[in-house]
Amino acid sequence: MEELLTITFVLQTLRITIPYLLPSLGAVYSEKGGVVNIALEGILLSGAFAAAAGTFYTGNIIVGTACGILAGIIIALIHSIVTITFKANQIVSGIALNILAFGITKFFCKILFGSSSNSERIPGIETLDLPFNPFLLLCVIILGITYFTINKTRFGLRLRAVGENPQAADSLGISVTKVRYLGVLISGALGGLGGAWLALDQHSYTDGMSAGRGYIALAAMIIGKWNPMGAAGACLLFGLAESFTLQFQDSGIPTQFIQMLPYVLTIIVLAGFIGKANPPAADGVPYEKKD
Amino acid sequence: MKYFKYSAGPLISIILSLIIGAIFIILIGQDPAEVYVKMFTDTLGNSYGIGQVLFKATPLILTGLSVAFAFRAGLFNIGAEGQMTVGAFASAWAGFTFTSMPWIVLIPLCIISGFLAGAFWAAIAGYLKARFGSHEVINTIMLNFIAMALVSYLVNNIYLVPATIHTPEISPNAVLLRFDVITGMFKGSPFNLSFVIAAAVCIIIYYVIRKTPFGYRINTLGYNINAAEYAGMNVKRLTVYAMAIAGGLAGLAGLNFVNGYKHYFELGFSENAGYVGIAVALIARNNPFAIIIIAVFFGVLEYGGLTVNTLVPKEIVTILQGIIILLIITITKYFDKKFKLAKA
Amino acid sequence: MTNHLAVEMKGITKTFGDLRANDSVDIKITKGTIHAIIGENGAGKSTLMNILYGMYHPDSGTIYINGNEAVIHSPADAIKLGIGMVHQHFMLVNTLTVLENIILGDEVTGALNTIDKRRSRQKVKQILNNFDINIGLEEITGTLSIGTQQKIEIIKLLYRNAEILILDEPTAVLTPQETDELFKTLKVLKAEGKTILLITHKLNEVLGISEFITVLRNGKVTGNTETKDTDKDQLAGMILGGSFESIKRKQNSPAEEFILEIIGVSVRSDKGLPAVKDLSFEVHRGEIIGIAGVEGNGQHELIEAICGLRDYSGSFILNGKPADKDLPVAHIPANRHKHGIVMEYNLAENVLLGREGEAEFSTGVSIKEKALRAYTERLIKKYDIRPAEADLLIGGLSGGNQQKVVAAREMSKHTDLIVVSHPTRGLDIKAADFVHSVLLEESAKGKGIILVSSDLGELLKLSDRIAVMFNGKINAMLDSATTNEREIGSYMLGLSGSGGDKG
Repeated sequence: MEELLTITFVLQTLRITIPYLLPSLGAVYSEKGGVVNIALEGILLSGAFAAAAGTFYTGNIIVGTACGILAGIIIALIHSIVTITFKANQIVSGIALNILAFGITKFFCKILFGSSSNSERIPGIETLDLPFNPFLLLCVIILGITYFTINKTRFGLRLRAVGENPQAADSLGISVTKVRYLGVLISGALGGLGGAWLALDQHSYTDGMSAGRGYIALAAMIIGKWNPMGAAGACLLFGLAESFTLQFQDSGIPTQFIQMLPYVLTIIVLAGFIGKANPPAADGVPYEKKD
Repeated sequence: MKYFKYSAGPLISIILSLIIGAIFIILIGQDPAEVYVKMFTDTLGNSYGIGQVLFKATPLILTGLSVAFAFRAGLFNIGAEGQMTVGAFASAWAGFTFTSMPWIVLIPLCIISGFLAGAFWAAIAGYLKARFGSHEVINTIMLNFIAMALVSYLVNNIYLVPATIHTPEISPNAVLLRFDVITGMFKGSPFNLSFVIAAAVCIIIYYVIRKTPFGYRINTLGYNINAAEYAGMNVKRLTVYAMAIAGGLAGLAGLNFVNGYKHYFELGFSENAGYVGIAVALIARNNPFAIIIIAVFFGVLEYGGLTVNTLVPKEIVTILQGIIILLIITITKYFDKKFKLAKA
Repeated sequence: MTNHLAVEMKGITKTFGDLRANDSVDIKITKGTIHAIIGENGAGKSTLMNILYGMYHPDSGTIYINGNEAVIHSPADAIKLGIGMVHQHFMLVNTLTVLENIILGDEVTGALNTIDKRRSRQKVKQILNNFDINIGLEEITGTLSIGTQQKIEIIKLLYRNAEILILDEPTAVLTPQETDELFKTLKVLKAEGKTILLITHKLNEVLGISEFITVLRNGKVTGNTETKDTDKDQLAGMILGGSFESIKRKQNSPAEEFILEIIGVSVRSDKGLPAVKDLSFEVHRGEIIGIAGVEGNGQHELIEAICGLRDYSGSFILNGKPADKDLPVAHIPANRHKHGIVMEYNLAENVLLGREGEAEFSTGVSIKEKALRAYTERLIKKYDIRPAEADLLIGGLSGGNQQKVVAAREMSKHTDLIVVSHPTRGLDIKAADFVHSVLLEESAKGKGIILVSSDLGELLKLSDRIAVMFNGKINAMLDSATTNEREIGSYMLGLSGSGGDKG
């Protein structure tokens, strides 16, 4: 019985961690390249909605997941066009996209499912039955690939360069625009995948189901100091904390205080109490050529 | 001509977004002309509608002003949502705790409580920036969520009225009266005295920014923090003050709901006014008087959404808001370059 | 004979708004030579070279590389044509290693687009050997000295097989000794057949190293000559366009009495490391004391401490009285745009900067706008600021006139002590001369002036004494009447003096 509890607890934790981890790794790609992506919240939400709608109409989880990824990429593409091509403020663009995603999902939820609060039940994935659930496996692989890409490949080197000193990269013939677009689009794909998991895990779409996870993913990336492994560690920590409150609901600690944890931690890390948090030097700054 | 230069970008953005919105409306088989006409006639066509619009606009004036004031100081306040939440709770708390006080004491007390709570919440981000250099954007976002959780704890675990989702009602002496009650105008709408407070605050902030040495310092901080420091200004203290004032303004935004409308506090009252305030400030280019106009426009959208809900989901308005902001930040940039305007 | 030309640019014109940065410029660069392009700040040298490197696009004109017409849309195009450029502000990514910076944009890759570190390192090592340069490839670039970073920039070009090397003001940040080392490297490069374009405004250097010289003024070519056929006076004429008489050296000599005594002052850098170490000297009434030093040896921190912008230990004694934190001091900062003015403000608002609390300009509640305007108009007249409009945004003024606004504001504070950093950086000669005359005038009134400058000529011209800072200490206090640039340079590097002992 006790063992069962432990396995359940571990699976529960991983289940909760997945929708933090995927957008958090996405954030690493985007921000290493110098683009702050607050739109991840909206990406997650629209990913969840598109995945639910796709699965509902085709009955196929894989097609549904692809829809989720596509929705994430579309939002990320808008973010790229606005912030990289038109060099508008990245924070404002992110907030606008979150508002937009919030409206669009609700709008189409009413149209497609006739309800502003949730979709109909869809086929999904049973976490607790499957120790090797495909999403979990995918997460581990994506984490490995991200670490490798950022640190060992040509794209990773260029991504770090354009996030740190875009002018230097430009002077060496690297297209800052192209590299940044790629970083943001990858973050959209990963965010969309994370959203797809939310819907498939719950077997439905419910209104506003991203519930701030996009922001927590950003927080995890900051706590992880803009590194994929660090971000993954922070996501796991948040997953553990949340899983713990679900498991021990009568522990006397009000859930609201556990909910605050990621946010308080982020503030503490940003203040430099736990080592130094150095974002990429050009993070959040549009690259303006002088000409 | 000067006004045209400054308003061309926002105007074109609004028109374009209505066109894009029309595509969504056509997509679901409705006639955009019918929807838009209804949206504007049902809001601005009668005194009840106007009252509703001004009621919706009131918190947006204050959150817009909050974001704008921080912008002036070079700070990006994304925390108006959280500041508004703690402020609203504080106003409600004062209202249902000091029930024996006369209105002449209690109403100022509610106003001051709201202001101070919001100011304190924002000052945390200001202090963290001044002391540790940590960026206010991330911190104010984090503080929004912390505020939500904290207030949720206070409401659900401490002050909850059983079988409801809200706090006790405030004393009748804490109520900001509806215009309906005072003048008989705007019959039936919740439009109330909070609007007067919001408008008065706009005038005060305008004066502070344009005419006082303190406002000059705030502007200098925003334009060139290094020059401000070299000129001997206490940049750290100014940062904390600027955030605190911005937070206080957002803290007042709760009055409209708590003291003017429902007379209690409940979660989810804000309807994203803190975030929409960013759009208001942006479109109004941080000008306090333009903020009133833009807030009213957003009020039209918000109440207009409700009036057309039978034709299209009211979220069409949320979609419009998102699109307007995206267009504003791209198009305005283009016009600023074209007309060689300085940063507002 | 055209194939002897590495570069030919014909009729190049480039405008920025109303400014004609290049105006039908023609230039021919012979292969395997060192060709200097000289002119005042703002003459159009950097613009021309940025066009050659594809950073800017000319409005009109043609470029030929090795005799073939070339269209250079981007640095990538330039690199393909064998053109490389070391920019005035280095184009290095501080957080990357030296090796990563060198290979960036032209990486040696293996399977899956991974970076083949071993082969990259081999390739770079070979270049280092060929040109006898020694750098640790795994060091983090941002931690290295300016001189080393410049070497990395040059290696970057060689790694890309650049045949035509453009160096934009490479010596601006170097000491005379480091400059010698750089020039030695350039001669090695030339011997290997490379073509070098050297942008500078220092005539001595030009005459020492180049074979050909092109002079630009106001965006136009005013001279084209072989170095051996010209001299300093002729070049100066081409640069300035007609004769220009500079003002005299300092006339008044300092009084006995001290304005400022600095006693055992220590200051920390932004990183928390000791930047100024137990430093002491005095400034006399009517004295201009020059401070020389390689950037980063504590000058900046010392100035900020004196101006109350940075915490310090030790004491400042002003006019015989121990001063607490806020010394009354007029300050013309090194970086005008960053620290001295607010571009979004008009002239009057810039004059108000730092004085908004004074009773002259404030009622305590609101700003006295009329008084401010009248005051500004007086300063505009006195300092001949143009255009003479108090409500014009300061961004609309030339650099020289902006600096006049800063000087006017600071001098009108009527303090005994004046601190000035790099006051003529980026100014044309006439504006620089005006700033110099203002300083000499204030000195004659008996003010004490501390002048930090990297322009040793300026220090020698204006100062009574020159304090050379090295490693946070004063390595030498020299009498400017008897010293010279080479001697100052040797103290700056710690080759002479006691500062060499690493304290």
